[in-house]
Amino acid sequence: MRIRKNIAISENGFIFNPLTGDSFSVNETGIFIIQKLKNGESEETIIRNFMDEYELDTYTAEKDLNDFLSMLQNYQLITNE
Amino acid sequence: MNKRKITVAVTGLNNIDSPGPVIPVIRGLKESETIDVRIVGLSYETLEPGIYMHNLVDKVYQLPLPTAGSTVLKERLKYIASQEKIDVLIPNFDAELHNFIKIQEDLKSELNIATFLPSQAIFDERQKSELGKFGEKYGVKVPESHMINQVLEIRKLEETMSYPLVIKGRYYDAYIALSYEQASSYFYKVVAKWGYPVIVQEFVTGTEVNVTAIGDGKGNCIGAVAMRKMYITDKGKAWSGISLEDDELMKISRKIIENSQWRGGCELEFIKTKKDEYYLLEMNPRFPAWVYLANGCGQNHPEALVKMALGEEVQPFADYQSGKMFIRYSYDQIVDISEFQQISTMGER
Repeated sequence: MRIRKNIAISENGFIFNPLTGDSFSVNETGIFIIQKLKNGESEETIIRNFMDEYELDTYTAEKDLNDFLSMLQNYQLITNE
Repeated sequence: MNKRKITVAVTGLNNIDSPGPVIPVIRGLKESETIDVRIVGLSYETLEPGIYMHNLVDKVYQLPLPTAGSTVLKERLKYIASQEKIDVLIPNFDAELHNFIKIQEDLKSELNIATFLPSQAIFDERQKSELGKFGEKYGVKVPESHMINQVLEIRKLEETMSYPLVIKGRYYDAYIALSYEQASSYFYKVVAKWGYPVIVQEFVTGTEVNVTAIGDGKGNCIGAVAMRKMYITDKGKAWSGISLEDDELMKISRKIIENSQWRGGCELEFIKTKKDEYYLLEMNPRFPAWVYLANGCGQNHPEALVKMALGEEVQPFADYQSGKMFIRYSYDQIVDISEFQQISTMGER
């Protein structure tokens, strides 16, 4: 999973996709995940960091991350490449 | 830097909720860093807002409606040319282009007015009614389209096409019909406004994306900027939009401009499907009303057109900024009745 080329992400969580013209706002947790994806970190690492940062159990962290990733995919913000 | 002074005539001064491109074209020209442009506005109706925009339009003359034909148009332009030294003329309406293309050589030889228009043959090729052949010739996907002159022909088309169908006028207007009853009602609506033929088109689902482009007529695409509408009026016009960065769309657009050897400004309207396929819905033979966005993204298309009309070599724009938005607004001008009287009675102001 990688953030698609040219996606613009601001520090306050505003995301712009220049391919589609869509823009989005994400909360603090969203920024946390997107920054990790942008840095090229694996899903396993993100889950671990996610659990540590927000004191989550494995099940909740995986479920929330997968929900968020499928949303990002649906909006063409990430690719599987 | 000393700017070169020239006079450019532009047609159609409307800037209403179904806006024409003229005011954005003028704004682009006025912002040129190399030419100092005096604008002669050529209007069709006395309430076109541009007539009263003194900061943008220096002088105004009324033109006969396009239905009056090219001879009447030429006569009127002869009079205007006797009053003004016009260097370049930019027509901005689909319906008037046929007349201007017809007299473009005479305008140059007799009145020394330069234009930058496609030939009649290339202009005709991209007519809505010829879209199928156009797509085939230039290797671009287009929705299935048929030209009809009788409402009953819709019944025949139902054998091979299914609803929804798009019912379109030859110049403007498009309606989505979900049944024969709707299609026949739209057929008559379109005929009443735009005459025959009526175009029946396959409905392609996806996101509409548009490109404003300019070609030099020698197979080069001088500039192209892609945009997605963000807010659409009840007339289907873009009230705000955003510039896109879409390499595939740019590639297709450039191919169309280059292969058709398009000369002048144009707008390409596409539908991008969920499978990332692009279908060309229309090629409008003039700048779109949102052409000023191109200027905002770093490509001044009206300026490039004027330079090419004057015989100058213009280098193609290499890129543009994505993520630039345009947001329209309406604005009340206060005008004294004497000005309205002047344009109504004298045909100029």
